Amino acid sequence: MTALVVAEHNNQELKPVTLNTVTAALGLDQDVHILIAGNACSAVAEEAAKVSGAAKVLLVESGAYENFLAENIATLVSNISGDYDFILAPTTTNGKNVMPRVAALQDVSQISDISAIESSDTFQRPIYAGNCIATVKSSDSKKIITVRNTAFDAADATGGSAEIITLEEINDAGISKFVKEEIAESDRPELTAADVIISGGRGMQNGDNFSILEGIADKLGAAIGASRAAVDSGFVPNDYQVGQTGKIVAPDLYIAVGISGAIQHLAGMKDSKVIVAINKDEDAPIFQVADYGLVADLFEAMPELESKI
Amino acid sequence: MKILVPIKRVVDYNVKVRPKSDETGVDLNNVKMAMNPFCEIAVEEAVRLKEAGKAEEIIAVTIGASSSQEQLRTALALGADRAILVETEVEAEPLGISKLLKSIVDKESPDLIILGKQAIDGDNNQTGQMLGALTGFSQATFASEVNLEGDSLSVTREIDGGLQTLDINLPAIVTTDLRLNEPRYASLPNIMKAKSKPLDIIPAVDLGVDISPRLETIKVTLPAEREAGVIVETVDELIDKLKNEAKVIS
Ligand SMILES: Cc1cc2nc3c(=O)[nH]c(=O)nc-3n(C[C@H](O)[C@H](O)[C@H](O)COP(=O)(O)OP(=O)(O)OC[C@H]3O[C@@H](n4cnc5c(N)ncnc54)[C@H](O)[C@@H]3O)c2cc1C
Repeated sequence: MTALVVAEHNNQELKPVTLNTVTAALGLDQDVHILIAGNACSAVAEEAAKVSGAAKVLLVESGAYENFLAENIATLVSNISGDYDFILAPTTTNGKNVMPRVAALQDVSQISDISAIESSDTFQRPIYAGNCIATVKSSDSKKIITVRNTAFDAADATGGSAEIITLEEINDAGISKFVKEEIAESDRPELTAADVIISGGRGMQNGDNFSILEGIADKLGAAIGASRAAVDSGFVPNDYQVGQTGKIVAPDLYIAVGISGAIQHLAGMKDSKVIVAINKDEDAPIFQVADYGLVADLFEAMPELESKI
Repeated sequence: MKILVPIKRVVDYNVKVRPKSDETGVDLNNVKMAMNPFCEIAVEEAVRLKEAGKAEEIIAVTIGASSSQEQLRTALALGADRAILVETEVEAEPLGISKLLKSIVDKESPDLIILGKQAIDGDNNQTGQMLGALTGFSQATFASEVNLEGDSLSVTREIDGGLQTLDINLPAIVTTDLRLNEPRYASLPNIMKAKSKPLDIIPAVDLGVDISPRLETIKVTLPAEREAGVIVETVDELIDKLKNEAKVIS
């Protein structure tokens, strides 16, 4: 039995979420292969070969895979899936985009966003914005899975010495074309990899006020996140959104500023180790999940916090 | 241009559901049901394309029990021209749903299929992509902008690092993200008009598709509860707790 991990990368480097998926894969099977599909991405394959626990790295390079178009990558994964009992990808936008397409090509019911493995066919996954946890048992002979990265530790990025095998399996459906990408450049850690996150909500009032959070983020080495309301109002870009339909995070410290704590927001951050809430409304639901709550006007409390840490 | 909009009846997004006491599932007794919010966005986008003269017909379709007619009527009130209920009491999984939808696609030959990126009950985020695989259509998931000019469809997608724009061939599948549009409310006259719009009911069994579940729900439980925290009085106290009690800052 063998497990295949579809790696998340940007043709230059392996994304850390891949390491959490490797851990999940190792929980199912000791023989774990990592697929690096992209273009001019051999450096990523070399990085993947060092991941502790990886037995083999499959490298396939083509312009058809450069931008991870679902049609092309799904056909690739489906075509090489014969040897695998488990195919896993992180629950990232790429994983979510590609894996169900693979599953349907293989006539398999995908198990989305698993948060625990009970056995080789039984998994836990959050449903209803994480208000319930379902334990599901799959009767498909092949398991196609996306993995909630916050629920699994990262595998060691070094220590492995997997063999790299180059595949010549090129598929170009020719029905979709990449036009452009606007990727926010930031010196801060990625939200899903950060140890500390400070998030702002509608209470921030506008985008400029997020500078109040930036000073604190600089001092704590934190990533900046946001509620849907802050993103919808145009204060910050979409990739800041934490929640049921945004990013799922579980840092050591999550600071929610001017966020009420709607279930859809809590779904994305309530597994954080320590939660701090700063809100002027003492009845805000965010205080029900906060380890430390401060009832205060954020425009007074946050500058004070910045100056004192 | 014909647009198919698959929708789903789900628990209203304001409801905080709980497991049944015997843990066999989610307790849906007497909870408010509604159209999945992402489906409302899908209907709205289709209606806007029609209003802009870019589409002629909008067909709303759902797979579900007879009660789902309520959500189809909502879609009709929002501007869909006709509706199809593929009726089944089986709680089909996204794979089964997409197989049934594939049958409807074969019958109706839509040029564009717009559906929600996920339903807020199962949070699976699978159906659009699976339908893409079964039809061989192009897909653009998590759309925050859709531009249709003749045969050319350009879609901006919300991805982890920011935004991505794709040009995709028709027929195509688009799944909606939250910021694609802000759905309108149905007006009273439109709700009245919707009552006389066509709503076909097709028993799922008539479509000859195997939708038997592959996943068995062993149990549904509450997530680990967080212990209640404390309210601190001052910023100084907060910093002290974070440093000396939680030890998460230095
Ligand atoms: C299908 C669906 C999916 C969703 N997905 C997500 C998701 O992924 N993530 C998400 O976050 N939301 C999501 N939402 C939205 C969610 O329901 C809430 O609307 C949203 O989280 C509210 O954001 P907020 O807390 O910033 O705003 P509000 O609820 O308006 O809260 C603002 C808070 O700021 C406080 N405040 C205001 N001024 C100050 C001040 N000066 N000092 C201190 N406090 C102040 C107020 O007391 C209030 O509690 C989703 C909703 C739906 C329907």
